[in-house]
Amino acid sequence: MISVSVKNASVRYKNHVLFENLDLTLPAGEWTCLLGQSGIGKSSLLRLLAGLLASDGYGDIQCSDSQNLESRVAYMAQTDLLMPWLSVLQNVTIGAKLRGNLDQHDIEKAKILLDKVGLAQDSNRYPSALSGGMRQRVALARTMFEDKPAILMDEPFSALDAITRHRLQALAVELLIDKTVLLITHDPMEALRLGHHIRILGGDPVQLGPAIIPQGKPPRPVDDPHVVELQQEVWQQLAA
Amino acid sequence: MQSSDNDTITNSQWRWLVRPITLAIGFIVLWQLVTWVTQAPVYILPGPGKVLDSLFNNLGLILGHAGTTALEIVLGLIIGTLLGIASALCLTYFQPARHWLLPVLVVSQSLPVFALAPVLVLWFGYGLASKVAMAVLIIYFPVAAACYDGLRHTNAGWLDLARTMNASKIATLRQIRFPAALPALASGLRVAAAVAPIGAIVGEWVGSSRGLGYLMLHANGRMQIDLMFAALFVLALLAISIYFLINRILTRLLFWLPETLSFTD
Repeated sequence: MISVSVKNASVRYKNHVLFENLDLTLPAGEWTCLLGQSGIGKSSLLRLLAGLLASDGYGDIQCSDSQNLESRVAYMAQTDLLMPWLSVLQNVTIGAKLRGNLDQHDIEKAKILLDKVGLAQDSNRYPSALSGGMRQRVALARTMFEDKPAILMDEPFSALDAITRHRLQALAVELLIDKTVLLITHDPMEALRLGHHIRILGGDPVQLGPAIIPQGKPPRPVDDPHVVELQQEVWQQLAA
Repeated sequence: MQSSDNDTITNSQWRWLVRPITLAIGFIVLWQLVTWVTQAPVYILPGPGKVLDSLFNNLGLILGHAGTTALEIVLGLIIGTLLGIASALCLTYFQPARHWLLPVLVVSQSLPVFALAPVLVLWFGYGLASKVAMAVLIIYFPVAAACYDGLRHTNAGWLDLARTMNASKIATLRQIRFPAALPALASGLRVAAAVAPIGAIVGEWVGSSRGLGYLMLHANGRMQIDLMFAALFVLALLAISIYFLINRILTRLLFWLPETLSFTD
């Protein structure tokens, strides 16, 4: 397990400064949920950590084991990003295929992961034959296949219906145990259900609010009185 | 019940044939009617019966020339497609190539092939090479333009995913960008398959001693109009067969595209 921190994070978009000098720490083996209004720069911060911002972003990224974060993150986006010409199994193993080291061991590992997300029988199907929830479960299996210590998730559940989202959130918490996770979300309830730490990005100039730390282990029940109470506080901070 | 299902499958398998056969019969009937009504002389418009007679009497001759034309078209398609894809890759990956290659691409299409045909025959001779070059010229642009368009519009999310997976540029091209560009490339290939015979036939008209274009000119010069029409009929069949063969291969390759509709659908 590693903790990840970024210091003095700054991101520009088309000569417009999204944020400057932000400091964020992702505690080891825990979920940090980042909330904020649309366009505030949540996804940009995640992309900075993922190494996906070229010249528009800067930040001093450090890991607790003093190694580079680059090549040690797995990325899960809002859309499932499944490739329609690949079967479910091939989609899960695409990382190994891209790195040119796919072998039988990887296939077996992918099958076990598909079994864990409840899609063992669907490994030869194609994405067009799957429902939205099934597709996102494949994306979750693909993320786990990468077996990286840090997981960056950019609103991965937002396009799903309420029931499917609820189930998938619980599955993700169960399967990504011991991973250092950054989850970008618009949904305060999702953050309160899944996060060990909740950070709110907002204000002018844009700043990170203090960490909100809900009690109990995720996934928390949505009707937990403590969660309901904290939801008010999160709403207030978001609206401020 | 099962027998009824099998009947339905068999019916749907053959149903696509109904329309082309109906069209062909309708065309032949209309053609015959026109010859009856206009009483056009045989050297202007021979009836379908006479053309069929000529087709069967000269089948060996026509098929021999058709083989040459088919070879020109197929070679033109293969070389034109490979050149088109190579150009699209250059345009996508080498910034300077864009400034140099794009004008060449546009010029290759804006100059009429008819105008270039005599030059190509002069350079490549009366044989196969000049006709293949004509077909390549005609095919190159739609394939290059479509493939470049497809390669430029890869889903940015897939490219992000590939970067987080430490994929090399080559691996990203092979596993993501090229498959993602296939639907666009397929559109270009369909256009190429439809226009390829034009290049080959124009080349044969300008100067050759083999091929259906040559046979048509030769028959026309000797007032064998029925033979000319028979050669034209075989040329049409050849062009349609090549188009549908390529369309079928593309439809199979793009099985994952739910909206893939071939012209037979």
